[in-house]
Amino acid sequence: MGSEENQKLNAREAWELDYQKASIRDDNFETMSGVPVDPVYGDDLFPGQYPYTRGIYPSMYRSRLWTMRMFAGFGTAEDTNLRFKELLRNGGTGLSTAFDMPTLMGRDSDSEWALGEVGRAGVAVDTLADMEDLFAEIDLSTVSTSMTINGPAATLLAMYVAVAEQNGVSPNQLAGTIQNDILKEYQAQKEYIYPPRPSMRIITDMVKYTTAEMPKWHPISISGYHIREAGSTAAQELAFTLANGFSYVEAAIAAGQNVNEFGKRLSFFFNSHSDFFEEIGKFRAARRIWARWMKERYGATDEKAMLCRFHTQTAGVSLTAQQPEINIARVGIQALAAALGGTQSLHTDSFDEALALPTEDAARIALRTQQIVAHETGVVNVADPLGGSPYVEWMTDEMERQAEAIFAHLDDLGNGSILEGTFNGIENGYFVGEIADAAYRFEREVNSGRRIIVGVNEFTDGDNPENRNLLRIGAETEEYQLKRLNDVKSKRNQEHVNEALSEITAVANDPTRNLMPAIIDAVKTYATEEEIANAMEVVFGTYVEKAIV
Amino acid sequence: MGDYQQRVILAKLGLDGHDRGIKVVARILRDAGMEVIYLGLRQTAASIVAAAEEEDADAIGLSMHNAGHLTLGPKMASALSDAGMDIPLIIGGIVPDEDVEELMSAGIAAVLGPGASAEEVVATVQDAISARDEA
Repeated sequence: MGSEENQKLNAREAWELDYQKASIRDDNFETMSGVPVDPVYGDDLFPGQYPYTRGIYPSMYRSRLWTMRMFAGFGTAEDTNLRFKELLRNGGTGLSTAFDMPTLMGRDSDSEWALGEVGRAGVAVDTLADMEDLFAEIDLSTVSTSMTINGPAATLLAMYVAVAEQNGVSPNQLAGTIQNDILKEYQAQKEYIYPPRPSMRIITDMVKYTTAEMPKWHPISISGYHIREAGSTAAQELAFTLANGFSYVEAAIAAGQNVNEFGKRLSFFFNSHSDFFEEIGKFRAARRIWARWMKERYGATDEKAMLCRFHTQTAGVSLTAQQPEINIARVGIQALAAALGGTQSLHTDSFDEALALPTEDAARIALRTQQIVAHETGVVNVADPLGGSPYVEWMTDEMERQAEAIFAHLDDLGNGSILEGTFNGIENGYFVGEIADAAYRFEREVNSGRRIIVGVNEFTDGDNPENRNLLRIGAETEEYQLKRLNDVKSKRNQEHVNEALSEITAVANDPTRNLMPAIIDAVKTYATEEEIANAMEVVFGTYVEKAIV
Repeated sequence: MGDYQQRVILAKLGLDGHDRGIKVVARILRDAGMEVIYLGLRQTAASIVAAAEEEDADAIGLSMHNAGHLTLGPKMASALSDAGMDIPLIIGGIVPDEDVEELMSAGIAAVLGPGASAEEVVATVQDAISARDEA
């Protein structure tokens, strides 16, 4: 009894010391009616204390609000550049780039595969010239940039480094994240080029390069978002994502990297869906599981290498095409769950995204929605305000229990290696099967009416399809981009391009060398994304998924 | 209807990897007693025509989520007619209402939007097949 009391006292004292060291925003931390509130409530565990269930920082949003990072990208690089500048003017604090499908798959705009897809679902980038346009007049030494790309991530990172260099910004000044989470591509999003093992080699090279040269860069954003969108449950999203994280850790350790060094650079990306408390429990469990595994299984000793920092996006799949305006309410609730779950950054979906890419107005409303959560609700005043609630604590434990059961299965599948278990789970269809089963279960519930989706299977009056203003990307984007690509190709020095591409193939053939420098040299010759992808494909091969329903 | 089991080919045409919807549709059609042949991701018009021929398909369903439907839908329809195949082509996914007419006039038999119920999915496929049979 006595020592337990002491421990509690020590936990509070330790937290108070940490809190006092933190810089605090200039704000009144009181309710709307003028009641002052404490930075945190409870007396067992405090935010910023292992295993970080209650948040990764002692002062949480009192020091810094989450980054309001709106994902944007469409049409040509110039189009997206204008949207970026608009978002920054409107108070957005980080950029997040959506690439079009050909770019995501390592195909150029003039590939036969690209027909009809150029600039449609994101921005088209073929060469360094497009990247120059994309970030024109944006100071890369002050803005933080997220790039959502996986298969060809190394090439896009190389282009970003090259653009910065042109503007006198060195790699060590660059802040941001590249998604680069290839494992979830085989499980959910399906934007892969090479088979899993060579892909893991590329990622390990990128981790090595960024750890050495880009200390402010997050080389992998381990993403559950797409797993959830593909139909998984909350616990599967949590478990598959963290297991992928363990896999990257095991691969980096095997490559001789120090877990304390690269561990600090890993970050996560979760979905915030509509079941409010389940989501909050999931976020809290994610921090706790990650910290425990990093410390106990992988031997991290630096606390920063145990922190599960994450970005959150509201659930695109929850948005309805029927009565799209009501999606604003869904997004608001999901954004609130993310804030209560302690996210480090947040993208709020636009209400029209079940129909098309967001219009500028819809994107503004989405940004305003999270600004309301941040500035009007008061939830930012107190860290982990739901911590200690019996239901929330139970839900957190339950999420952890379900996730641990999945880790045990993967560990088994890999004979004591989560990385091998994950490779095996990809090869034997475990992940896609589990996700498809969960998606079908959900659909059956909606179809039978046991699960109500407002506007879809209940409360359907009031839909007004005539009155919709959708963003349309015309064929002119494709024409413009093809012309641009041709121009770039006609002006570059073909000999330099060929030499740089052969060098990539040579490095790909030699696992002791790092691919990043060779890819950076190649993008500077204006070699295209597809040419670079092909230079590696001749060594690594391609991946074709078995079609399983 | 008799004992004849309708055969439906489902595929993702092009680079789009969003396969949640098409997998759910595959199970819905299977539960309704149809034979479903899912070709998987990254199919081309040529690979779909070849499969339809080989499987003697009664209908083809494509799923599109990347706003490429106005290019890829008509391209698929003309690939089928070039091959002399009269098989109803149905597109599901994110297709704005205002594009439906253009797709229908390009030879697409039906479009299934987001939120379509299982009954609508089955009825749409069956109607498209019987419309072709009656023609």
